[in-house]
Amino acid sequence: MRGVTEKQTANMMIAVLSGKGGAGKTLVSVNLASAAETSTYIDCDVEEPNGHLFFKPEEVQEEKVSVLIPQVDKERCDRCRKCIDFCRFNALAYINKIPILFDEVCHSCGGCILVCPKMALTEKKRVIGKVQKGKSDQVTVYTGILNTGEASGVPIIKRLLSENSPEGNKLTIVDCPPGSSCVVMESIEDADYCLLVAEPTIFGVHNLNMVYELVNLFHKPFGVILNKCLEDDNPAETFCIENSIKILGRIPFDTTLGSLNSDAKIAVRENEQYREMFTSLLNTVRKEVLHKTIINP
Amino acid sequence: MKIAIPVDGKDLESSVGVAFGRSPYFLIYDTETKEENLVVNSASESTGGAGIKAAQIIVDHKANALLTPRLGGNAAEVLKTAKVDIHKTIAGSVKDNIDAFMAGKLPLLDEIHEGRHGKTDR
Repeated sequence: MRGVTEKQTANMMIAVLSGKGGAGKTLVSVNLASAAETSTYIDCDVEEPNGHLFFKPEEVQEEKVSVLIPQVDKERCDRCRKCIDFCRFNALAYINKIPILFDEVCHSCGGCILVCPKMALTEKKRVIGKVQKGKSDQVTVYTGILNTGEASGVPIIKRLLSENSPEGNKLTIVDCPPGSSCVVMESIEDADYCLLVAEPTIFGVHNLNMVYELVNLFHKPFGVILNKCLEDDNPAETFCIENSIKILGRIPFDTTLGSLNSDAKIAVRENEQYREMFTSLLNTVRKEVLHKTIINP
Repeated sequence: MKIAIPVDGKDLESSVGVAFGRSPYFLIYDTETKEENLVVNSASESTGGAGIKAAQIIVDHKANALLTPRLGGNAAEVLKTAKVDIHKTIAGSVKDNIDAFMAGKLPLLDEIHEGRHGKTDR
């Protein structure tokens, strides 16, 4: 958790989330980050990170991320099977008189090592992915990448969020994974404020409701951005009104914006009209974050 | 030899369990003594890794062959390491399958599905 003093100097971490994919998390995240004087963008959608496609960061530095898994010393093991019985994830099997590990099933809890009476188990590192850091104009870009087939992106997200030192950047935008599972919880844990992006469909409302419940569970201040707004009735807007949720901005259903986005271009950097739109949105969000964090620190 | 079969019910007339790791019971049948041994599958309630634990039960009961309609990768690895043969079942009861196996009519299971390991719900 960040201290009150930091908040008073207006350092803020904003998490952008939505229940479903394709609602506009990355559109909102990259454009808000680009509209700021200086900022940090963190892509926590480690299964399919795509923010880097927009930012095309330079001077990229890369670090591998590992988890600890057990390895068996066959000489020391006395075949008591305590480790096998202990593992709640069933990551260990006992075959041909030796415990064998299923790496991808292991959750790195370390319990098997603790219960082994012969100290036959030790920890070894296993790489599950990597984090990248680069620069795109005034934006510092962090990307987390989980290797295909791995059980959980949480260790990568932990590393991403611990590596981010603001470096004088007052604004940090966290682009969350879709849904409301562990990886999303990990991504919003340190955030000062949550921005929920919703699209005007019944399905969009269902997914908005999922993240609405999540941010309430985490006692996070939050507001909604309505994306792909049409002239017609907006079920997501109705949901917000019914639940007294603050709507911070509306992004129109706009083919020019859609085309720029599908060409992996950052609208704010391409077009003055969009720069104004997202700058205004960023100002609204910043005021709201300050307001919420001061009245409810 | 001993053969193991995932079963939905408790006797030879039961149907073969469709999901190996989640089947409620395993029937261990001794082809020499004709003895049946019904084993509760304690892996069936696992939140994860049910296939590994279920395969462990088969190995611990010293079965030489498993008859199953399908099998995941991790369970297959446990069984192959322990040198348990894996045969594909046919439609019909547990008894029909034991008879077919004894007559050499059950082929080895060559399709191992990937299971859901490492796939989070998005």
